[in-house]
Amino acid sequence: MRRALKLLVAILVIAFYSSSFAQLRIEIRQGIESPIIFAAPLFSGNPIANAILRDVIESDLSNSGRFRILNDSEMISTPTQLSDVNLSDWRLVDTDYLLLGQTEVDNTSNYRIAFQLLDVVNNENVLGFRMPAPPEGLRGAGHRIADLIYEKTLGVQGIFATRIAYVSQDQVGSDIYYQIVVADIDGTNPVVVIGSPEPLMSPTWSPDGRRIAYVSFENNRSEIYIQDVLTQFRERVSSRDGINGAPAFSPDGSKLAVTLSQPDGNLDIYMINLENQNLSRLTNSSSIDTEPTWSPDGDYIYFTSNRSGSPQIYRIQAEPNGELERITFEGSYNSRARISPDGEFMVVVHEINRNFRIALVDLDTRITQVLSDGQLDESPSFAPNGDVIMFATRERGVGVLSSVSVDGRIFQRIASIGSDVREPAWSPYAFR
Amino acid sequence: MKIVKLIGIISFSLLFQACSSVEETTEVVDEVVSTAEQSVVTTQAIAQRNSITVTADGALVLIGTEEEGSALSQQTILFDFDVAQIGSDFYASLEAHGSYLANNPGASIRLEGHADERGTREYNIGLGEQRAQSVRQFLMLQGAFTSQITTISFGEERPLSTASNEAAYAQNRRVELVYNSVN
Repeated sequence: MRRALKLLVAILVIAFYSSSFAQLRIEIRQGIESPIIFAAPLFSGNPIANAILRDVIESDLSNSGRFRILNDSEMISTPTQLSDVNLSDWRLVDTDYLLLGQTEVDNTSNYRIAFQLLDVVNNENVLGFRMPAPPEGLRGAGHRIADLIYEKTLGVQGIFATRIAYVSQDQVGSDIYYQIVVADIDGTNPVVVIGSPEPLMSPTWSPDGRRIAYVSFENNRSEIYIQDVLTQFRERVSSRDGINGAPAFSPDGSKLAVTLSQPDGNLDIYMINLENQNLSRLTNSSSIDTEPTWSPDGDYIYFTSNRSGSPQIYRIQAEPNGELERITFEGSYNSRARISPDGEFMVVVHEINRNFRIALVDLDTRITQVLSDGQLDESPSFAPNGDVIMFATRERGVGVLSSVSVDGRIFQRIASIGSDVREPAWSPYAFR
Repeated sequence: MKIVKLIGIISFSLLFQACSSVEETTEVVDEVVSTAEQSVVTTQAIAQRNSITVTADGALVLIGTEEEGSALSQQTILFDFDVAQIGSDFYASLEAHGSYLANNPGASIRLEGHADERGTREYNIGLGEQRAQSVRQFLMLQGAFTSQITTISFGEERPLSTASNEAAYAQNRRVELVYNSVN
């Protein structure tokens, strides 16, 4: 009886994850030429948990574009522990890494997961972990295992357990409904942060990954809110006359850079101290100054300004009367910068032959490299490991999310079902 | 204090209207029902002076002459890409709106700035705001008062046409002049 109940719970968990919440899905448009060949024979132990874990781990690694996953039909043997492994079985099919695992259900209905990663080429056991997971945490555990494998094999921290926030727009009868949604980066587990019949814009994460700042027109004017993703508690941080837009948390989370307009409609960059609500002004020009973003060290704010006649990226020291410097000179339209986590690169929206594309600017050499190939690509956002950039593009009139590796070699398309989606914002590593 | 001033202005405009448009048929706006008598007076003043009324969604409905009507009935000002300057095509229309506001201090208007979908979203909010401000300044040069005008920018968030072509873009780069209902 108790066993049957457990089985039922497990089946419900699978049904829950596989159907109603699959709002976005990832398709690889272009991968690298010589990917890592990875094999994960089915784990031993609980078959339902194993199926979920294997699906998540294989999808994550495959979706990164840097791995090729061996099919069951290609496997000569299916070991579940190290002592059963016959290395020649795997070398014969060019396997680079082999993952072995076991799951068991403990007496509190939680899972215990144990796994080992074998470097087939060097015959070396390179990674071994044990982790507990509640039934609803299986996908999360799968993402963390994929992260560990990614880091061990490529030397770069994985991003599979991070999340994205984005804006979705749905037609409901003759009306439009806007939502800010947070989901896993593969699009699963979407949670609506806020919904409104009036436009929602510019979601951005706090550095601790717990809160999102955004712009809402729910009161028929632009206002900035900060909302806790988990508790949904929110506070209005700016509702001044005119424009309240483009929020950006400082790296230490203590300040929010924003765009405000004077009563004369002149947009400038300001900082709101989130502890005492004090406001300090950073720019003062008759041009459009907007889209602030911080350097990772918190010393500078990069922003878009059309003070030269067309939008270009500038940076200013993040203090009153700070020094100003123009950053972009290539092309007639460079806007909405984001800085890589290591501070070495900047990604912008760049106009080329009347197309708006994502371009990477080396902040040292100032060399600009166009990474995307759409007509209306926008809102680029760095993964917290700096390796991948997610952005919004349009396909047949519908907004979709795409990503490109910083080296330009791997393209992914995160297809949406139904909604028009845009403005992806990649979460930091730290989140609950 | 402010109210006294407002009543003064209303009385003045009523007087002005009484002298200048004796011949004009005055379709008093029956559908504008207001409990505040002052508002009714203002509405009637506006309606009698210009033979217009304001519908619930903020559109001006003109009952006046053809020529005056065409200038005031143009309630959308269009712009070039990444530009907030007003083209000369729209001067006549904005002059008419400006003098209408100047002559009807009880009237008020909301300027809604928009951009096409090209370029980035917050920059387009800025562009929409600059466009609305250009129109605001033009109206004020015609004698409209600051207190009569509010602005808002929706950037590219509220396109008139959702197509991705030049015709749609031209339609979407706009400022809409929305008169506030007087009731």
